[in-house]
Amino acid sequence: MTKALDDDAERLLRDLAPQVLGAVCRRFRDFAACEDAVQEALIAASTQWPRDGVPSNPRGWLIQVALRRMTDHVRSEIARRDRENVAAEETPVVVAPALYSEPEMDPDDTLVLLFMCCHPELSPASAIALTLRAVGGLTTAQIAKAFLVLEATMAQRISRAKQSVKGASEAFCLPDAAERAQRLALVLHVLYLVFSEGYTTSSGSALHRTDLSDEAIRLTRAVHRMLPQDAEVTGLLALMLLTDARRVARTGARGELIPLDEQDRRLWNRDSIVEGVALVSAAFSKGAVGEYQLQAAIAAVHDEAPRAADTDWPQILALYGVLLRMNDNPMVTLNHAIATAMVHGPQAGLELLKALDDDERLRGSHRLEAVRAHLCERAGEHERAVTLYRLAAAKTTSIPERDYLVMRAARLSEDLASR
Amino acid sequence: MKYMLMMNCPYDGYDQFMNWPKSDIEAHIAFMRTFTQKLARAGEFVSGEGLSAPTQAKVVRAGNDGRPITDGVFPEAKEFLAGYWIVDVGSPERAYQIAAEASAAPGPGGKPFNMPIEVREVMSGPPTTDR
Repeated sequence: MTKALDDDAERLLRDLAPQVLGAVCRRFRDFAACEDAVQEALIAASTQWPRDGVPSNPRGWLIQVALRRMTDHVRSEIARRDRENVAAEETPVVVAPALYSEPEMDPDDTLVLLFMCCHPELSPASAIALTLRAVGGLTTAQIAKAFLVLEATMAQRISRAKQSVKGASEAFCLPDAAERAQRLALVLHVLYLVFSEGYTTSSGSALHRTDLSDEAIRLTRAVHRMLPQDAEVTGLLALMLLTDARRVARTGARGELIPLDEQDRRLWNRDSIVEGVALVSAAFSKGAVGEYQLQAAIAAVHDEAPRAADTDWPQILALYGVLLRMNDNPMVTLNHAIATAMVHGPQAGLELLKALDDDERLRGSHRLEAVRAHLCERAGEHERAVTLYRLAAAKTTSIPERDYLVMRAARLSEDLASR
Repeated sequence: MKYMLMMNCPYDGYDQFMNWPKSDIEAHIAFMRTFTQKLARAGEFVSGEGLSAPTQAKVVRAGNDGRPITDGVFPEAKEFLAGYWIVDVGSPERAYQIAAEASAAPGPGGKPFNMPIEVREVMSGPPTTDR
């Protein structure tokens, strides 16, 4: 029976993964093959380190193993081409680099890798998988488990993603300044998706899924360390921390969903809240105002209220107002309507929801019915609320959320019957 | 050997469920959650999914140009898959036993619901022709 890595060594390995990959890519400029080599080095470490102990220079150890794998790969590629091309002179000369010198390390490598993995040509699912493997240092098996797909499916997704970014990976440098802002937005979006994926499930494999939130926070922290002046990076990190702070309080003992206003706030993680609030304040002091920052500010207002009844809803309404002017997103409109209802009463909120009735982007989503049901319940229109809760329950694809909506309808309909 | 246990329901099955008394819904949900956990702990659970309501279902056929033609109108007697489990067990009898347990999930009034569970073996045996 082989021993597993302890948590510290596992964290070290994952922190080193993008640095090692950066160093190897700088030598060989073949991202797809380098990434495989690094993955093999990581797997070698996870079996050898528990047995032999963590080497004194773990980064050097990993780079050496990965470079050796790459040299083997290049040699076998040359041999393969020699076999295929009878005309040997057509074979390009590939020089294997010296193995044992410490390669240059560039602190920007992780950023270069992130920009590459969150390439605009990739679908979100592919970008997520590639990011988790190349930058996060997760194994294909771990990623597959987190997304509840077969390992072979995930391996295929990653290998196709690597092929798609081939052009970008040969250059191995940061996108130019003009493109950088746009590409950074993509990186942040992918990190946010990883976070949400982990945060929004609480069924069967909850354990593996919450790991995804931790991973997203870890990677966003790394981006924040590299770009401390960027207000949106700061905002996203704050948003994740302030949302994640409520994780434990969000699910009951039987796995059921507990809405924000019914959560036991003593279970919220104070350290995360303190850190998140400090980050939001720092982001706003930088002048520019972005969407993640605003979302984080809203999360901070919720987190700072000792009881649900103490929530500063006028403040939240004002923040959603700003967000609404920046982004024509139906989800923002929905939340704006909720905040309006909390400040000006449920009818005012219901009035705003009407604007979303014909919104194609909400077609098939249960969110509009769910929010309308809540507001009807608050407005005392209980029969309509029951119907809407059930409609929303039939449309949602989340089992905990379906259960929550069904129970909400059942409770309300029993109250109606007993009157 | 692997078996797929399919839980079927009528078109309005989910609506019926949503109209049960609150305590019955609660008991049913709790049963389903524990049931799967128990299978997993016994090392018999391979996979399983719950499906969204039949009212969201579409039947798709390729049209003459190969493009999808969707239809949401179903014959009244049609049964719909509500969810399934794939279990890995030693005998067909064990699969039937698990199916019976699922079938007895609490229904209205907490009484066994006795819903039909279709049991089918998954084609996962090795080929024997070249032995």
